[in-house]
Amino acid sequence: MAQRVDGNRITVNHRAQTAQGRARLLLALVPLLFLSLFFVYPVVTLFAVSLAPNGVFDSSGLVTLFASRTYLQIFSFTFMQAALSTALTLLLAIPSAYVFAHWQFRGKKLLLSLSLLPFVLPTTVVAVAFSGLIGERGLVNDLLMSMFSLTEAPLQLDHTLTLVLIAHVFYNYSVALRLITGFWMNQSNHIEESAALLGAHGWGLWWQIQFPLLRPVITAAALLVFMFCFTSFGVVLIMGGQRFATIEVEIYRQATSLFNLPLAATLSLVQIGFTFILMLIYTRFQRQVIVELRSTTRPLRSATSLREKIAVVSTIVLMITLLFTPLATVILRAFTYGNEGVTLRYFGLLGTNPRGSVLFTPPLVAIGNSLSFALVTTILAVGLGVLSAYALRGSKRGLLGGLDILLMLPLVTSAVTIGFGYVVALDEPPLNLRTSIILIPIAHTLIALPFVVRNVLPALRAIPPSFGDAAQSLGASPLRVVRLIELPLILRGLLVGAVFAFTVSMGEFGASLFIARPDTPTMPIVIYRLLGQPGASNYGQALAMSVLLIIVCALSLIVIERGRTIGTSEL
Amino acid sequence: MPAEGVLDFLHHSPILRGFCSPHVAQRHNPMMRCPVKQLVLLLVISILCVVRPTSAQTQTVRVVVHDSFNVSEAVLAQFEADSGLIIEILRLGDTGILVNQSILSRENPLGDVLYGIDNTFLTRALEADLFMPYESPALAVVDPAFLLDPEARVTPINYGDVCLNVDVAYFEENDLALPQSLADLSAPEYAGLLAVQNPATSSPGLAFLLATIVVFGEEDDDYDYLDYWTDLIANDVIITDDWTTAYYSEFSGSAGSEGDRPLVVSYASSPSAEVFFADPPVETAPTSAIVAPDTCFRQVEFAGVLANASNPEGAQQFIDFLLSDAFQADMPLQMFVFPVIPTVPLPDVFAEYAAIPDSPILMPIAAIDANREQWLSAWTETALR
Repeated sequence: MAQRVDGNRITVNHRAQTAQGRARLLLALVPLLFLSLFFVYPVVTLFAVSLAPNGVFDSSGLVTLFASRTYLQIFSFTFMQAALSTALTLLLAIPSAYVFAHWQFRGKKLLLSLSLLPFVLPTTVVAVAFSGLIGERGLVNDLLMSMFSLTEAPLQLDHTLTLVLIAHVFYNYSVALRLITGFWMNQSNHIEESAALLGAHGWGLWWQIQFPLLRPVITAAALLVFMFCFTSFGVVLIMGGQRFATIEVEIYRQATSLFNLPLAATLSLVQIGFTFILMLIYTRFQRQVIVELRSTTRPLRSATSLREKIAVVSTIVLMITLLFTPLATVILRAFTYGNEGVTLRYFGLLGTNPRGSVLFTPPLVAIGNSLSFALVTTILAVGLGVLSAYALRGSKRGLLGGLDILLMLPLVTSAVTIGFGYVVALDEPPLNLRTSIILIPIAHTLIALPFVVRNVLPALRAIPPSFGDAAQSLGASPLRVVRLIELPLILRGLLVGAVFAFTVSMGEFGASLFIARPDTPTMPIVIYRLLGQPGASNYGQALAMSVLLIIVCALSLIVIERGRTIGTSEL
Repeated sequence: MPAEGVLDFLHHSPILRGFCSPHVAQRHNPMMRCPVKQLVLLLVISILCVVRPTSAQTQTVRVVVHDSFNVSEAVLAQFEADSGLIIEILRLGDTGILVNQSILSRENPLGDVLYGIDNTFLTRALEADLFMPYESPALAVVDPAFLLDPEARVTPINYGDVCLNVDVAYFEENDLALPQSLADLSAPEYAGLLAVQNPATSSPGLAFLLATIVVFGEEDDDYDYLDYWTDLIANDVIITDDWTTAYYSEFSGSAGSEGDRPLVVSYASSPSAEVFFADPPVETAPTSAIVAPDTCFRQVEFAGVLANASNPEGAQQFIDFLLSDAFQADMPLQMFVFPVIPTVPLPDVFAEYAAIPDSPILMPIAAIDANREQWLSAWTETALR
């Protein structure tokens, strides 16, 4: 008798699981369709055109790749700088996340909101900021030289790997910080307290309790940062100088300057293949970890002891030094450019069109374009990201495991590859979108999507299934479970994801270079154009537009983060 | 209005209603009543705004250009009014991207006419059969030196010279003579003074490399261009990724620059741009271009009717427009290049501050594309590794 009951239960469970599996597949269909249309199809078409132009495989790319030691050097440099940048970023971001997840202090929310600002600045502008700050004739060297009456500049960072690493940390610190803090905040501190009660403290507590708890989010952060640095283009070229080259740089050179598509495609495949392997390892690693979260947010208190206060203060100092002094340098230069004291002259010039050019973009139009693209990107990325996260929530085999990896690939696929892919693939109805500006937010969404998924998925996985089961057994529909129980729990991660999607779009301009588009210049494009011509007013206006970009993004970030009212408490 | 219909449908759609029970609505501030529904509405509105159907009538001419293409609104509007054509401009990042994407889409081109291919990329496009021949009547008044394609598949529109630019104040203060040849640049008195661009990623950088190849030769046993570059490196030349970094971060002559290199590879027209864009205005140019013989490389920009264009007649009219006096006279101040029609008057700031070299370096276009890859990799090995 007992056995029969058991048997029945197994059948029921099994049925429920298959039904759930089917539902998950259905959810996965939308993001899969999106990725297939706007990533797989164009990229595969381009590879086919490049590697087998006449139906016969062209192996010249592979031959070149293995014939020359140069490519091995390029590959190992690419890997090494990305690994170093990731390690440094995490080294700084994890302690900061600890501080953010444990103590309450004034200005915390604002600091966290604004920490994403570096993300939106074009590399050229960041280069201006860095050389003004830590360049050979920058502020820091001036200061040191006058303080210690030196004749030589003590900081010689121009065109060094160190500068590349600093710039990568500058760009990626907030990625890791936001991701880890968001996850940590959702963790109940009962485990920590119990462990402490049982005598664990200091490093023991950290290694045995904290680190395993945080491992899913730390690996997720490491993965994102690594991929960003792995495909670094502008930072390496401008900060590192010409001795360094990443695979990304080489793809650009081969595809645009030399039109060697077989080699460019082969390199692109190497880049994608490497990521694929990395993702396989990551997925395997992630599968072992399921930590259950509580719905309650951990209680925060003010720092009391001296040690705690030092921790808080040094985090604030670190963030200000790392993130905000370069921004402040740009702002300062925009208002003082031209050696005539403080001036608003270049802001005024932005609105004038003395030559009556078609290239002229009123600043409000540029702001409007940027905001529209960012809005569409955010909506697309959040929608597709949540669907993907739900689909990926349980075990990941077959199609779903593929989706997880597929989601990450656009992040490491060269803009050249995607742009050229669009030209060869999206050229016929119903997908004749080559010259439509909708392609720009779509390309942005491809890059933003991993940020949303990586922020939502850890939170979603950590919700105990018992919550949903309990609600369902009380008669709640699946939609109600999502809305009333799960959405509030993942909202923080979702919001961070949305903020990332927004900033990715505001700052990105690679897509615009590779997509033939009617003139809809965004703020980064306007900066790029102004910096393309000689003359004081062009340079001054580029600085002024950079300041507008910083202001618009800062305001948007504050507004977005204010907007969250449901189910979250103060962060 | 279909748009309203869609929105209306969404408002009352049961799918969305499921997301917004009165429960949630009452608890929270009315603005946030139903975020999901609002998001979906926003998405639909944005998409409806963005995907406007583009009419592909014969009246429209689609012009594919690089990001630097510029013209006066008035001049373009006048042409549209006169011809009855609607000009649609499609932009791509730079010349390399523009040419390569056009070749990739040759069978089903992005537009009807391409503007902005230069002599360094020309052979690649001609070999790919990218253009259909068109001999504009206006070619008769173009300086014949610019007619590089005997089959008239492309039409020259403008030219510019890539020349060394100098920080005038630095040379005056240090009582240093200006270099008069490329060979001078490797002399000790110019050590640490020059900034150039990587020829693999920058168009003036490529022009400068080609200039050194013409001047020093390729397979000269005594001293070829690679020996010259070895000497330049030994003389502490700085190599940047692009023109912007070289000009604004390394060059000391550009207004407000923190750079410390008084010599940079730029254009012969750059000093006039420094004056034109000076703010506050200046009387004398802070920079000047060296136009000594065999130091400047001439770039010529072309336009052509794309093969398989859907409106070839309109494209031809647009090319005639590019050679019209109105456009040719407008070009210098819009793009800081020189008109190919010698009788077109130059603006004052050009006449006064922009120099035209008497004997610029020219290179046969076929040689450039045939050797580009080999030159670039040899240069990379010598200069960067």
